[in-house]
Amino acid sequence: MSAILSVRDLEKTFGSVVAARDISLDVPAQQTVGIIGANGAGKTTFVNMITGHLSPSKGSILFEGNDITGLPSRTITRLGISRSFQVAQVFPSLTVTENMWAAAAIARGRDSIIARALTPLDTPEAKTEADAAMELFQITRYRDARAVTLPQGVRKLLDIAMAVAGSPRVLLLDEPTSGISIEEKFGLMDVVMSALKTRRITVLFVEHDMEIVGRFADRVLAFYDGTVIADERPETVLANPRVQTFISGTKPAGEGAVHA
Amino acid sequence: MLTAFAIFSDGLVYAAYLFLVAVGLTLIFGVMKILNVTHGSFYAFGAYGAATAAGVWFDRGWSDAGGLLFMVGLAMLIGLAIGIVLERGILRFVYGKDEVVIVLVTYAVFLILEDVIVLVWGPRSYAAYQPMVAAGSIDVGDLTLSNYDIGMVVLAAALAAFGYWALKFTRYGKLLTVVIFDREVAAAYGINVKVIYTVTFLIGAMLGALGGAVMAPKISVTLGIGVEVIVLAFAVVAIGGMGSIEGALIGALIVGFGRAAAVHLVPQVELFVIYAVMALVLGFRPHGLFTQPAPRKI
Amino acid sequence: MASRGTLIGAAAFAILAAGAPLLPQWLVSLSTIAFANALVVLGLVILWRTGLVPFGQALFYAIGAYAVALLGRYTPVRDVFVVVIAGAVCAGIVAYLVGFLLARYREIFFAMLSLAMSMILYGVLVKTETLGSTDGFHVEAGSFFGWRPQGAMRNLALFWLVLGCCAVAAVLVARYFRSVAGALAIPVRDNEIRVEFLGISVDRLIHLKLVISGILAGMGGALAALAVQHVDPQMAYWTTSGGFVFVTILAGAGSVAAAFVGSLAFELVRSIAVDLLPGAWQLILGSALLLTILFLPEGLGSLYARLRRRKEETAP
Ligand SMILES: Nc1ncnc2c1ncn2[C@@H]1O[C@H](COP(=O)(O)OP(=O)(O)OP(=O)(O)O)[C@@H](O)[C@H]1O
Ligand SMILES: [Mg+2]
Repeated sequence: MSAILSVRDLEKTFGSVVAARDISLDVPAQQTVGIIGANGAGKTTFVNMITGHLSPSKGSILFEGNDITGLPSRTITRLGISRSFQVAQVFPSLTVTENMWAAAAIARGRDSIIARALTPLDTPEAKTEADAAMELFQITRYRDARAVTLPQGVRKLLDIAMAVAGSPRVLLLDEPTSGISIEEKFGLMDVVMSALKTRRITVLFVEHDMEIVGRFADRVLAFYDGTVIADERPETVLANPRVQTFISGTKPAGEGAVHA
Repeated sequence: MLTAFAIFSDGLVYAAYLFLVAVGLTLIFGVMKILNVTHGSFYAFGAYGAATAAGVWFDRGWSDAGGLLFMVGLAMLIGLAIGIVLERGILRFVYGKDEVVIVLVTYAVFLILEDVIVLVWGPRSYAAYQPMVAAGSIDVGDLTLSNYDIGMVVLAAALAAFGYWALKFTRYGKLLTVVIFDREVAAAYGINVKVIYTVTFLIGAMLGALGGAVMAPKISVTLGIGVEVIVLAFAVVAIGGMGSIEGALIGALIVGFGRAAAVHLVPQVELFVIYAVMALVLGFRPHGLFTQPAPRKI
Repeated sequence: MASRGTLIGAAAFAILAAGAPLLPQWLVSLSTIAFANALVVLGLVILWRTGLVPFGQALFYAIGAYAVALLGRYTPVRDVFVVVIAGAVCAGIVAYLVGFLLARYREIFFAMLSLAMSMILYGVLVKTETLGSTDGFHVEAGSFFGWRPQGAMRNLALFWLVLGCCAVAAVLVARYFRSVAGALAIPVRDNEIRVEFLGISVDRLIHLKLVISGILAGMGGALAALAVQHVDPQMAYWTTSGGFVFVTILAGAGSVAAAFVGSLAFELVRSIAVDLLPGAWQLILGSALLLTILFLPEGLGSLYARLRRRKEETAP
């Protein structure tokens, strides 16, 4: 199977800090990849480079065979790679429905500002699409609440639902369960992952909780000090002694518990 | 050759003036993230205060040096008083609001203070040329330099050096540096950010008034002098980078020499060369020469 | 589909247009200026909705005004429709050009850079003999498709022209507010990063807003030049920009109507205040602005919305 996303020798430095280095990997379509690593290991930096928020200091990124290295984030989104954020990024003063309209409207239109000044935002199509997305991510009952008032979990779901509005082929989730209580984490991941499965989206998600990674990932990338130290099936990676020392700790639940 | 020297000396004097009016503005912005439009009012009040002081002092025929001190002293006292009223009475209620909203608040206060000037001093202009005359001048080659101007350059240089020293080596300066770097961190370390804000604003206010007092002998103190100064000081500060003292100094030098060169070589562009330089600098360095924008972490 | 707002607006314009001949001369002239300036304010409202405040909008205002004045001085073009469109187009082009720089900035940097741009124009105008220098120059009275009304009739005709321009602008801007680009104002103000990651360029959105607001300001300036029959560099000065900002904040960014009501109220209060309390005008302005920001951050327009909400709540 050919890779939908390929990364070669990716590196990012901030002055003297090396945030990511020597990252090379291929992700086949529809795979679900878990990304683990201690705080500061470079997970977000990796996601940021792929989605165009940071441009790599070195290396290249291919999406469906096309070089997307260094393109602006909006272009990458329009090409089909979308993302959610470690701290949910929504429009706080709008309601959930309005957030979804905005996302749907932006995703639908042509990439010309003039065209966008001529099409109304609340077209029936955008509305239907927004309703369907809210249904899919089970946030319909919050539809009239302003995003600023949402509970953390719902805000995370909204963030992801907005990222999915553009029908991406690859979705990167940066810590979808951060800031959420242990009891709720699994429920949230169930909702997200089954929604993404129905849309046949290739997923890369960053996660500190090893149990969640073990449950949802087909494959795990273990980040340590900016680079990937293990890249295999979840069981194998979690049993890897280096991963146990550097990431999961001697007690496997340690890291996740600390982070929550 | 003569032109080059004239450009140099005029540029230096103008730069000194710009630094004097810009330093208070950049200090307040650096620490409080407030673009303080009332800075123009402090300048104007300083100039009017100094002119009044000059009237009182020199009418009695007292000594010249003392007169200048009295002018500066009274001006800074007025700056302090208005600063206290403003900071305690209005600004502290809007801390934490949008930067743009705070600019509008200071703009509103500026408008009010413009009319207060008319109420206090009336619409006529004042002159306070005595110190300028008393200081005399020296001839350098074919050029005549006013000693007062030289004094102004020295004052600006001294102020820059003092500011540098105060920020680097005094307790208050170090606290300021922490607050400038990150107010939340500063608060977390137990620094009383509120007190720092108040003190900084008052220092900024007095610096603005000082600028006005020093300029009073050189200009006709009249309505609307504050307006011009704010716009100029903004430009200088933006070129150097908002909130940076070195930035204000470099910005003042660039603008000072730029304008002097324009005056001597292409007088038609004199009025807007400053803004053109500003637009040019910002075109290449969006946040000025001396500040780096912090990329937003996500 | 005509909403209730559109109907009320249309009725208001119709009543104003029909009632104008009955109004005293001074009020017609005052309303003409007020509505010409309201176009500038409308442009500012577009920017203010995304949280941007240009302190140099007078740049476009002056460009529009000088375009009309120069056409009258150096060409035989006199038709008011042509010169107003010319003013709007010139300002739009300038806005498009400076937009490449300005659209990259936000908050106070945007405000200041816009200010700097307008001050450049001010400097050029003051120093250029052919543009009338400090005194500016006289603007030729225009013709309406060959018709050249005089005196009171001319004032009326101009008022109708301004009203017509305002009506067109109001309809188009209201429609723009409902478009994707227009409705994204609040998302952009809330969270630019999110907007970018959804796949649209925030800089380009803002660039578009700048061009629209520039066109509106140019049109306002062109109409003001025709009404006053004089242009001078003061039109580009930052205090002129400050006045527009003032009305915008007071009116609030809630609706298109607020720009017109706000601008009219502003001119009325000014003409009264200058008579009754000369020398206290800026004091009044400053205090009103301060009170608005502190107690009605959404502008006076929000008062109406609040009242309506209360009515709805108390209604059975
Ligand atoms: N914009 C930046 N400027 C400077 N250093 C940065 C920047 N972004 C990240 N870093 C540094 O790069 C390293 C990797 O950071 P990154 O955010 O990618 O870690 P992470 O694995 O996502 O950690 P966490 O689990 O805490 O989210 C860290 O040392 C961080 O301090
Ligand atoms: Mg991270």
